[in-house]
Amino acid sequence: MRAFDFSRAESVGSAAQHGNAETAFVAGGTTLLDLVKLDVMRPAAVVDINALPLKTVERLADGRLRIGALVTNTDLAHHPEVKRDYPLLSQALLAGASTQLRNMATTAGNLMQRTRCPYFRDVGSACNKRQPGSGCDARDGINRMHALLGGSADCIAVHPSDMCVALAAIGATLTLEGPAGEREVAFADFHPLPGDTPHIEHDLAADELITALTLDAPLTLDAPLARAGSHYLKLRDRASYEFALASAAVQLNLDGERITEARLALGGVATKPWRASEAEAALVGRPAELASFERAAEIALRDARPLAHNAFKVDLAKQAIVRALRDATRAARQGGTDTQESQA
Amino acid sequence: MMDDSVHSPTRRGTPAPTLNVNFTLNQQPISLEVAPNAVLLDVLREQLGLGGTKKGCDHGQCGACTVHVDGQAMNACLRLAVMCEGQHVTTVEGLAREGELHPVQQSFLACDAFQCGYCTPGQMMSATALLNDARIGSDDAAVKEAMSGNICRCGAYKNILTAIQQARATLADDATRRAGEGTP
Repeated sequence: MRAFDFSRAESVGSAAQHGNAETAFVAGGTTLLDLVKLDVMRPAAVVDINALPLKTVERLADGRLRIGALVTNTDLAHHPEVKRDYPLLSQALLAGASTQLRNMATTAGNLMQRTRCPYFRDVGSACNKRQPGSGCDARDGINRMHALLGGSADCIAVHPSDMCVALAAIGATLTLEGPAGEREVAFADFHPLPGDTPHIEHDLAADELITALTLDAPLTLDAPLARAGSHYLKLRDRASYEFALASAAVQLNLDGERITEARLALGGVATKPWRASEAEAALVGRPAELASFERAAEIALRDARPLAHNAFKVDLAKQAIVRALRDATRAARQGGTDTQESQA
Repeated sequence: MMDDSVHSPTRRGTPAPTLNVNFTLNQQPISLEVAPNAVLLDVLREQLGLGGTKKGCDHGQCGACTVHVDGQAMNACLRLAVMCEGQHVTTVEGLAREGELHPVQQSFLACDAFQCGYCTPGQMMSATALLNDARIGSDDAAVKEAMSGNICRCGAYKNILTAIQQARATLADDATRRAGEGTP
């Protein structure tokens, strides 16, 4: 592994001062050290931010939940308030990676997770994300795992996170801190589409640090009398410890048989955590039944652009949506969250 | 950070300055000098001569390097040694106590939970961590899920699961006995 300087940040301010294009912050290190070993990331300096006081989860007066940047994926998934009010997030977190990696990985690190595109990870391949202007070897290469939605001529790399798919459905705000002070960014705006600048992966300046992630108030808070249900379904090549081929995060409120509120986000098929807003709108007011679910799935994949090897993911994603909607509906009728395993 | 031209390594050819790091390793305090980019796995194996922790993929995909950091299972290949400052690190060499194998080690032996043995230290470190973690369920499905970060290419999974559940029973018996001894 190539050499770099190492230092420890004592405060958020001092961390931000260190931040520049040559510097990488390390928290869990699961993405960073993997990619430095592959020579894909080449920081001249690494700043350890683990001593910063960003490890708490707190309920805000308006009902939202504020999560410190350094809360680990394991601790967040098992946090009592997350399990109670955001079981979708807990399920998604536990569907990601392995026990060991979740113990290391942090909330902010997951937001900054980088794509698993094998051409991005191989410095011998052309990749516009890793080296702007070099081309994209995935487009005419082995693209079975690549994106159906949100791709461009320059990049079809899939966003790999499970946590972020749940966040797209739940809604959240990031707090960023830099030399100019604090600012907030809506989660939906944090990850841009690749367009012709796939190397720009997030709205975070080099001298800024993510300090917190604040979840929108739970859906049930808006409609306390509605029956709410959620489900995260992840379909993959093996039953555990694998990235998604397609995943669906669903939150539903039901009033009797009708859907009064719907959230739907997709993973494994898009270049960013993908909220399917039109499909959500098509669900509201409809009966919670198969025909509505299938229609929503058709709408969600309407703009899919399959490549040579990933056309099967169009059907797979639709099936993931239908099943997740069905399981969330069942959960709502049972008055809670579907904890029943619904594996592929 | 991605453009070749900007990023020739800053000091290739010159020896990197080392950093001092202090942590507890298998219950013994240690202090050593490490390179800033040295990962815990390599420090354990190369610098400290503790070869029990294995290098498989070196990218967090196989679990052969699993150790405990402050009681939690982690991939030693993806952790800088300097990041362990002030922490408690346990390797497979630290499982046995006073010459007696840990119940998980005993059950791996009794259940024939390995063939080549290369993944076994990592498997046992994940197993001991999950048996101590009340957040992880005790049924077979929960154990399999919690163990999915440890790959066994010999395919000894069935016996590994049996060994873990047997160790769980042994540990529960031991706890009951200790509680019994405590009552007059």
